[in-house]
Amino acid sequence: MPSPFILDRSSVTQIMAWVLVALLPGIGAYVWLFGPGILVTLTLATVTALAAETAMLKARGYPAKPFLTDLSAIVTAWLLALSLPSLAPWWLIITGTLFAIVVAKHLYGGLGQNIFNPAMIGYAVLIVSFPVQMTQWAGPLELTSLDSSGVHLTLAQSAAVIFGSDLPKATLDAITMATPLDVLRTGLHQQMTGVGFEWLAAAFLLGGLLLWALRIISWQVPLAFLAGIWLTAGFLHFFDAGRFGAPWFHLFTPSVMLCAFFIATDPVSGATTPRGKLVFGLGAGFLTMVIRTWGGFPDGVAFAILLMNVCVPLIDQYTQPRIYGGARKEPRA
Amino acid sequence: MSRELFTFKGGVHPSGHKEASNTRPIHPAPLPKTLVIPLRQHIGNPAKPRVSVGERVLKGQMIAAASGAISTAVHASSSGVVTAIDEQPVPHISGLADLCITIKTDGRDEWIPHAPLDYQTMTAADLRLRLRDMGLAGLGGAVFPSAVKLDPGTAQTCPTLIINGGECEPWITCDDVLMRSHADEILQGTAIMRHLLGSSEILIGIEDNKPEALDAMRAAAAKLDFAVEVIAVPACYPGGGAKQMIETLTGKQVPSGKLSTDIGIQVFNVGTAHALARAVHHGEPLISRLVTVTGHVLRPQNFEVLIGTPMHLLITLAGDREGMSGVLMGGPMMGMPMPDLEVPVIKATNCILVKSDALFPPLPRALPCIRCTRCADACPAELQPQELFRFAKAGDFGRAQEYHLFDCIECGCCSYVCPSHIPLVDFYRYAKSEIWAHEKDKQAADLARERHEFRLFRQEREKAEKAEKLAAKAQAKRAELTATPAASGAATPTEADAKKALIAAALARAQAKKAEAAPQNTDNLSPDTQHEIAEIEARRAKILELARQPLESEEKT
Amino acid sequence: MLTAILVIVGIGIVIGLTLGWSAIRFKVEGNPLAEKIDAILPQTQCGQCGFPGCRPYAEAIAKGEADINQCPPGGDEGVKKLADLLGVEPKSLDESHGTPKPKSVAFIDEQTCIGCTLCIQACPVDAIAGAAKQMHTIIAAECTGCELCLPPCPVDCITMVPIAEDLPHWKWKHPVIELKRVA
Ligand code: SF4
Ligand code: SF4
Ligand code: SF4
Ligand code: SF4
Repeated sequence: MPSPFILDRSSVTQIMAWVLVALLPGIGAYVWLFGPGILVTLTLATVTALAAETAMLKARGYPAKPFLTDLSAIVTAWLLALSLPSLAPWWLIITGTLFAIVVAKHLYGGLGQNIFNPAMIGYAVLIVSFPVQMTQWAGPLELTSLDSSGVHLTLAQSAAVIFGSDLPKATLDAITMATPLDVLRTGLHQQMTGVGFEWLAAAFLLGGLLLWALRIISWQVPLAFLAGIWLTAGFLHFFDAGRFGAPWFHLFTPSVMLCAFFIATDPVSGATTPRGKLVFGLGAGFLTMVIRTWGGFPDGVAFAILLMNVCVPLIDQYTQPRIYGGARKEPRA
Repeated sequence: MSRELFTFKGGVHPSGHKEASNTRPIHPAPLPKTLVIPLRQHIGNPAKPRVSVGERVLKGQMIAAASGAISTAVHASSSGVVTAIDEQPVPHISGLADLCITIKTDGRDEWIPHAPLDYQTMTAADLRLRLRDMGLAGLGGAVFPSAVKLDPGTAQTCPTLIINGGECEPWITCDDVLMRSHADEILQGTAIMRHLLGSSEILIGIEDNKPEALDAMRAAAAKLDFAVEVIAVPACYPGGGAKQMIETLTGKQVPSGKLSTDIGIQVFNVGTAHALARAVHHGEPLISRLVTVTGHVLRPQNFEVLIGTPMHLLITLAGDREGMSGVLMGGPMMGMPMPDLEVPVIKATNCILVKSDALFPPLPRALPCIRCTRCADACPAELQPQELFRFAKAGDFGRAQEYHLFDCIECGCCSYVCPSHIPLVDFYRYAKSEIWAHEKDKQAADLARERHEFRLFRQEREKAEKAEKLAAKAQAKRAELTATPAASGAATPTEADAKKALIAAALARAQAKKAEAAPQNTDNLSPDTQHEIAEIEARRAKILELARQPLESEEKT
Repeated sequence: MLTAILVIVGIGIVIGLTLGWSAIRFKVEGNPLAEKIDAILPQTQCGQCGFPGCRPYAEAIAKGEADINQCPPGGDEGVKKLADLLGVEPKSLDESHGTPKPKSVAFIDEQTCIGCTLCIQACPVDAIAGAAKQMHTIIAAECTGCELCLPPCPVDCITMVPIAEDLPHWKWKHPVIELKRVA
């Protein structure tokens, strides 16, 4: 095997491990706000993903070890789990994860070959198939503990809800609520403040900044994505502040932060050129807002990302950077 | 630092390992019993042998002359007798053999008469011709014939001359120790280059991880009667690449597909400057060079080595150790594994790097590309290695070329950073050589088409000529026929008759010709001829066997 | 209304004239498709495709009279290129016309050669030098390896020698990265 004979220490495993580490603040905030139920969701998704990955690798004739230890399946599982409503039923989690790993990842050729972001495919499939379950959020602890019943779900209780929901119907009703976006849709403005979603968003932001500091993600995608959201939201808000939420509100939703730093930055399904990354981020931000505002689903992040994934080859082709010694303006063939 | 430095995009920072070999003084390597001197050591046409087997040659004698515009001569590194001019293994990754001249040394190391050149009074063209005959070639690794590079061409002058002491590859220190110990000679060589190129600005770039070399060069530069700037450049691989050095020092980029002289800059390696000084001031052709022997050896150090010395000798000299896992010519980033340690040191051999599993662990298995673009961030040519990889792997060489495959300098930065450990450069080398091969095939096809068309044209022409000739002949005969029987007054032969006669004659001729040309019939032969045929058959069988042999030996390797 | 019709008709006439003029002005000589096909064919001129040389085969393909998979020297790669050019599905080589062989050049055993000139007449690219009754040699650089000179030789002194790999012709091999388990 010819040169080079030395390598940097980086590896796919290392990159994925850092992504997982960077998700920890977000998970912490999640637990603090929504109770430990998310841990059950994460575990369930992880186990499903690893099992599916192993089975698919076996079926496709690849060795399991190098591909399982690259941790990419776990990243997909966690991203999907964090996108799901808390206390989502077990079959929802498993279906989504299976779809993400089996169809979106392996049927497209496995690691590095998938055109679409697997976690977002999983999410999209779920929201299309099970819109009701996907829009029921367990309210933040703050809200639920204020509730007369004073529900404070323990890990065991959460697991029980997820796996069979033996809790009395009343309790369940008490602890589920609509997301702030649904709230906004129904015009219940006043309840919005102090809900705690922005803390979750901030925690994701923190993890994202860590990834950026480690140069695991580039600055272009998150910045362009947030800019896309902010500009579109600002534009809409400027024309009809009553109907459209303030740009800052849109920016500081957990799904946007998670997407900006963890989902849109997925290298495999994203653009590769520096300018392409800007275009990709901006486009995804814009589409997210468009779908949020006019689409049928409460949150448009998943669909925006998937739509932009389709455009990636085109974006890349038209944003090829100048090479060393290349003409300043390169004519495109 | 007075000078503003620029940074080139990309690059990596592998650990240098320079201390391993740059603390010991330069040692002359002993004279080996045999020297194997390849004729293709430089870029361009291989040199043409000028000696014959059995001839005694002296040290510094030209044994093969430059052939063609881009070529340079090859010399005997010591005195002795030419024992063979044949194909020998050469330091090339393929392990293929190439034409070499083998000299059995006599131990006397007897020089051919040589004298310094008075370069100030010679014409530039003459001087270049002499340098070409002295076998000068770039010692930085590319081995481009120096005489060609010392020609400013139509531009008349080359305003900026850069002497490259970057030496960015890890492990290698031959330029470092050369600058420490021979700074004066390097600058003498620089003065000659300046003279030939008419440069006004002379920059010497040295990476800042070589403080001793910088000091030595600065001290030597201070003694000169012309201005030379010795500049410390930040250490970054591949900062010692010519294009990168140019950008660091001048902020200019060599336009893609052009030469640095097109923007008025020429770059030489410090080793080349030193060799040039030896050639001009001492009349010594290029017969030795500094070689770093390092890695998994007991005493990593630099040797002054005669070209043609077998590599294993140097490894023994530096103290070979248990657990060798291979030997590279060059550094770990761009070096090539040697198929065999009998191969000689050539002009391009800057380093012999002995590998061990501890120093160079086997590369981990490759995973698919995850499009993380770290390679693109590291690429000093500012390419998109992940796309090149995709195209090269798929065999889509056209697209690879569109994405500037040929601007890749094969520096290895992309492979170095790739988290999936893909041997990216390998794919580029493969794609490039496929494209070159296609290009060659295409040229061959064009030649064949041309020749085939010419043949068709010629056949047409010959046919036409023949027809003309026949017509003329017929005319003449007819005239003859009509002339003679006129007196008899008898029945004049009709035109038809004349034609019939002609056709009959032609048929007879054709038949005769056919008989002459037809393959000999094997029936009814005399024993003599039969014997002859048997002999021919035997010979043919032998030829066939001979023809098959190279194929078989290839299959074995 | 009338003006509108006139304007439309006027535009039509102008465009028609321009088109007609440019058709004459930029008339493409010959048959460019055959030319393009010929550029892809390997020019071995061996006739294995069933045509007397690459050019006639190229013309036949252009006219749709021949299939694209009849040239063994071009191999599957050649078929693929033709398919790309013509926008059709690539197919595998038609084995009835022969199979690809390693590139070779003809070699005349000069001891045996009787100088009959038959091979010279057969060689499609005039790669054989020699005159009647004199020994012949092959100009290796020009020989396409078509093997057409083999059958006419009365003493069978011509052999095909595969081109051995040497340094200038050495190629980097496709790197092997093992992703799948080798079963
Ligand atoms: S560094 Fe490796 S994995 Fe990353 S984009 Fe480049 S080739 Fe792909
Ligand atoms: S080897 Fe080529 S593609 Fe890779 S970093 Fe160097 S110049 Fe860029
Ligand atoms: S088979 Fe021979 S003659 Fe026919 S196209 Fe191919 S190379 Fe040319
Ligand atoms: S020498 Fe023989 S094999 Fe070579 S091109 Fe001529 S006829 Fe064909």
